[in-house]
Amino acid sequence: MLSWIIKNQLAEVLIGRANAQSFMPTQASEIAKSVDSLYSFLLIISLIACVIVIGGMIYFAYKYRRRSANDKTAYISHDTRLEILWSVIPLVIFLFVFAWGWIIYHDMRTMPKEALEIQVIGRQWAWVAEYKNGVQSNVLVVPVKRDIRLVLSSPDVIHSFYVPSFRIKQDVVPGRYTSLWFRAEVMGEFHVFCAEFCGTSHSGMITKLRVVSQTDFDKWLIEEADSSLLPPVEYGKKLFTTKTCASCHFEDQPGVKIGPTMKGLFGLENHEMVDGTTVTADENYLRESILASQAKVVKGFGPRSAMPAFQGQLSEKELSAIIEYIKSIK
Amino acid sequence: MSTSRVIDGVNVQSHYRDVDHQFSSAKQGIWLFMVTEILMFGGLFVAYALYHMMYPEMFAEGARFLDWRLGFVNTLVLIFSSLTMALGIYYCQLNQTKKAAIALAVTVVCAGIFMVIKYFEYTHKFHMGIFPGAMLNMEQLNNYLAAAGEPLVKSPNLGLYFGFYFCMSGLHGLHVMIGMGLITWLFIKTLRGHFKPNYYTPVEGVGIFWHIVDLIWIFLFPLLYLVG
Amino acid sequence: MAHAGHDVDYIHAEKGLKSWLLTLDHKRIGILYFVTVMFFFLCGGIAALLLRGELFSYNAQANVGEILKNGDIYNQVMTYHGAIMVFMVIIPGIPAILGNFFLPLMIGAKDVAFPKLNLLSWYCLMAGAALAILTMFTGRVDTGWTFYTPYSIQTGTAVSMMVVAAFIMGMSSILTGLNFIVTVHKLRAPGMTMHRMPLFVWALYSTAIIQVLATPVLAITLLLLMMERVLGVGIFDPKLGGDPVLFQHFFWFYSHPAVYIMILPAMGIISELITTYSKKVIFGYTAIAYSSLGIAAVSFFVWGHHMYVSGQSELAGTVFSFLTMLVGVPTAIKMFNWVATMYKGSIEFRSPMLYAMGFLFLFAIGGVTGIMLATLAVDVHFHDTYFVVAHFHYVMVGGTLMAIMGGFFHWFPKMFGKMYNEAGARWSFVFIFVGFNVTFFPQFILGGMGMPRRYFDYIAAYQPLNRISTVGSWLILTGFLIGLYVIIQGLRKGAKAPPNPWGSTTLEWQTASPPIVHNFDHEPVVTAGPYEYK
Repeated sequence: MLSWIIKNQLAEVLIGRANAQSFMPTQASEIAKSVDSLYSFLLIISLIACVIVIGGMIYFAYKYRRRSANDKTAYISHDTRLEILWSVIPLVIFLFVFAWGWIIYHDMRTMPKEALEIQVIGRQWAWVAEYKNGVQSNVLVVPVKRDIRLVLSSPDVIHSFYVPSFRIKQDVVPGRYTSLWFRAEVMGEFHVFCAEFCGTSHSGMITKLRVVSQTDFDKWLIEEADSSLLPPVEYGKKLFTTKTCASCHFEDQPGVKIGPTMKGLFGLENHEMVDGTTVTADENYLRESILASQAKVVKGFGPRSAMPAFQGQLSEKELSAIIEYIKSIK
Repeated sequence: MSTSRVIDGVNVQSHYRDVDHQFSSAKQGIWLFMVTEILMFGGLFVAYALYHMMYPEMFAEGARFLDWRLGFVNTLVLIFSSLTMALGIYYCQLNQTKKAAIALAVTVVCAGIFMVIKYFEYTHKFHMGIFPGAMLNMEQLNNYLAAAGEPLVKSPNLGLYFGFYFCMSGLHGLHVMIGMGLITWLFIKTLRGHFKPNYYTPVEGVGIFWHIVDLIWIFLFPLLYLVG
Repeated sequence: MAHAGHDVDYIHAEKGLKSWLLTLDHKRIGILYFVTVMFFFLCGGIAALLLRGELFSYNAQANVGEILKNGDIYNQVMTYHGAIMVFMVIIPGIPAILGNFFLPLMIGAKDVAFPKLNLLSWYCLMAGAALAILTMFTGRVDTGWTFYTPYSIQTGTAVSMMVVAAFIMGMSSILTGLNFIVTVHKLRAPGMTMHRMPLFVWALYSTAIIQVLATPVLAITLLLLMMERVLGVGIFDPKLGGDPVLFQHFFWFYSHPAVYIMILPAMGIISELITTYSKKVIFGYTAIAYSSLGIAAVSFFVWGHHMYVSGQSELAGTVFSFLTMLVGVPTAIKMFNWVATMYKGSIEFRSPMLYAMGFLFLFAIGGVTGIMLATLAVDVHFHDTYFVVAHFHYVMVGGTLMAIMGGFFHWFPKMFGKMYNEAGARWSFVFIFVGFNVTFFPQFILGGMGMPRRYFDYIAAYQPLNRISTVGSWLILTGFLIGLYVIIQGLRKGAKAPPNPWGSTTLEWQTASPPIVHNFDHEPVVTAGPYEYK
C-alpha cells in the first residue's frame, strides 16, 4: 500500500498536478486582487509573528536547556513595560487589519448602480440562473468588464454561492433575497461552488460561470431564448437540467444512488416500488412521479423520496417535453 | 472524597468547615443554577422581541385571542404562592413545623390552580383550531370566528405568534409542574420533621427556584396577554 | 465509605465496579470521565479516518476510490465526527477529567462543592452519549454538528433525538461548571487567595463561567429546534415568516464561547507545564490569569464572525470583526508570556514539555490564521472552506488535544501512582505532531484554492493535497496508538511514582501519589504563590 502511494502518488503530487492550480485561484476581478493583497500582508505579518514566537521558543529551549538537576533559574515574575508593549503592538496591528478588511468588505457589499441583474436560484442540488428575458440556465454566462448583480434565493434550505476566482461568497437563504455583485476582468470559465452544507449532494452542487464578451453574451441570450421552439425532446433535455432533474437522475452512472436512473426506464414492466408493488412505467406513471414524487417511490430509494414535488411548477408544455425526453433515453 | 460528620445535629460533609459554610455554598450553587434558568428563558425573550419588531400587527392580532382576565388571575395566584413559599421558609427558620407545612401545602394548591386555568386556556385554543406554528388550522379558526361574529384572521402567519405562546407558556408550565413536585416533596419532609432552624437548605433552594418561576411569569403575562 | 482509612489511596480505598459507578470522590469521577471520553475519542477518531479515507480520491460520483458508499453516508459520518468530538470529547475533556481530578487538589480542598452533582453530571454525559449513539440505529443524523435550520428541520433523519442528546450533555457541562465556580469561591484552603491559585485553576474558573452563562442559550436553541420538528412552531421556519438565520445567531452565541470552553483549560495546562519543566516562576501571572477572564468576557460578543456571509447586515459584520480582533490581544499576551517564562529557565525536554512546545507551535499558527478569518474581506473567501477546517483543527487539536496529552503525561504519576515509559511518550508526540501538520497544513492551501468544507467529492485539482492530508491522518493514528500503548504499559508495569517526580511546586504534588482518599493528611496552609521556584 505505502510503496504504491509513494510510487504513484507522491511523484505526481510533487512534480505534476500540484502545479495545475497555484496557491490561490485566478484573480478574475479587482476585488480579488485587493483581497489577495490584504491576504499577502496578513501572511507576512503572520510569518513574522510565528518566527518571533516559535523561533523565540526554540531558541530559549536550546539556550536554556537543563544542564544539571540543580540549575539555578532567574526569578522574573513580570515586566510591566514589556507586557504593555506586547499587548499594544498586536492591538494596533489587529485594528489596522480590521480597518483594511472593512474597506474591501464595504466595496463588496455596496451594490453598483446600473448593474446587469440576474436572478440566481439555489436549490437542492443545482444552480439556476434566470435572465431578464426569461432564459433559464444552469451555467451562469456573464459579459466581461461589466457590473453584474446577482439576486439570490432558495426554495428549500440555505445554500451559499461561492466563486473562488472572484473571492466572493454569499449565503442563499430561503424566505428572503440576498445579493452580491462582481465585475469580471478576464474572460474564461470559473467554478461556482455551494459552500453551505445542504444535504446529500452538497458537493455535487457545482456549476460553471462563463465570462464572455458582450457580443457573445447578447448572442447567447437570444439563442437560449428560442429554446422553447425546439422539438420536444430537445426542449425536454434542456429542462431536464434547468429544472435540476439531472443532478440526481443520471443517465449513465448507475452507481450513484440519489435518484433512480432514467436509462431504459420508459416502458419498463414490473418496475418495483418500495412498498413491494410493481408498476408499468408509462407516461402517466412518469407524470405522477414528477408532479407528486411521494406517490410511488422506487425500491431502494425510500421510504420517503428525496425529490421535491413539481406540482404547480411546470407548465403542461414543459411537462410533456420532459416526459418526451425521458422516453428518448434508451 | 466526602464523608460526613454531625455538627449541631446536622450532617456536614467533610469538605465543609461548618453548617454555615455548607449552607452558603449550597445557596450559591442554587443561585448559579437560577442564572442558567433565566438565560434559557432569556433566549426566548430575545426571539420574541425580534419577531415582535418584525411583525407588530401579527403579534397584536395574536394577543386578542388570549383572555387577559385569566392571565391576570393566574398572575395573582402565583404572586400569592410566592408569598406562601416565603412563609414556608420563614416558619422553617422558626422551627414551626406545622405552619411551615400548611404554607407549603397552600403553595402547591396555588400552583395547581394555575395549571388548571392554563389547562382550560389551552383546550379552548385547541377547540378553536389554534395550534402552534404550521399546525394552526386557519380554516377551523375562521369558521369559529365567523360563527361567533368576530372579524376573521388578517395575518397569514398567525401561527408564529402561537408558536411563541405555546413554547413560552409551555416551558414555564413545565417549570411550574416541576416546582409542584419539589414542593410536595418538601411538604412530606416537613411533616416528618426533617428541617430545623439550622438546616432547611432544600426549602431555601426550592423557594429560590419558585420565586424565579413566578418572576418569569410576571414577564410572560404582559408580553403575551397585554402587549399588542 | 466511612471506613476508608486516612492513609489509603483513592484507587485501593474500595473495590468493585459498583464502588466506581456510585463514587462521590472527585478523583474517581475524573477517572470515570477519562475512560469514557477515551472511548468517545476512539469513535470520533474512526469517523475522522473514514472521512479522510473517502477524500483520498476525487470523483466519488463515479465510484472511484470509494470508501463511504454515498454522499448521505459521508454526511452522517461527518456529523458524528463533529458532534462526538465537540460535545463528547473536547468540551468535557479537560474540565471533567483533569479539572475534576486536580481542581480540589490544587486549591487544597477535600472535594468539589457538590460531589453528588458531580456524579450526576457524569451520568448526564453518559445518558446524552447513549442517546447520541442510539441515533445511529434510528435513522442517523446528517446535519453537521451545527444543526443549521432549515436543513435540520427538513431532513428525514433522527435530528430530534440527537438534539435531546446534546441538550442532556449541555446539562452535564452546566453542572460541572457550576460545581467548579462554587468550589473555587468556597473551598480554597487557608491562605489560598485567588491570586495564589495555580493558573490551571484560573483557566477552569473562567471556563466554568462560560459554561454556566452560555450553555443555557444552546439549551433553548436546541429545544426550539426540536419543537420546530415536532410541532412546527415556525420560529426558524421561513414558511411562516420565521428566520433561519436567527438559529445561527443563537447557535453561535453558545458555540463561540464554547470554543473557549475548549481552549481556556488547555491554556491553563500549558501554564503549568511550562513553569514546571522550565523550573521557573511563570512570567506575568496576573496578566495570564486576567486574560483568561478577559477572553471569557469578550467571547460572548463575537459570535457574528461565523456569519459574515450569512446575510446579516454590513454593520453587524463590521462590529463583530472589530470585537473579534480584541479577543486576539489576550491570546497574544498569553503566548508571549509563555515564551518569556522559558527565558533563563532550566528546560527539561520531558514529553509533557514537548507537548507544551508543540502546543505553542501549533497554536501560533492557529492563532494567526484566526486573525485572517476575523478579517472581513478575507473571510468572505475563506468562509466554509478547508481553510476554516484547518484553522479550527490547529486550535482544537493542535491546541486542546496537545494540552490534554501533555497534561495527561504530566499528571499520570499523580493520578495512577506509576511512571510511564518516557521514550514511548516522546515517540507518540513526534508522530502526532508531524502527522498533525501533514494532515492539516495542506488544508490551509486547499481552502485558499477554494475547496468548500463538508464535500463528499471535489474537483480534480484538489486531489494531490487531499492525498497528503489523508496520509497525515494515518501518522496521527500511529501517534495515538503509541500513546495508548504507553498508557496501558505504564498502568500495568510502570515503576512506583514518588509524590513529586518533576519537582513541581503546586499543591497537588505535595501529597502522596496516588493521593489518599481525603487528598491531604492535614489541611494545607498556603503562604506563597503557586510557582515559587527558587
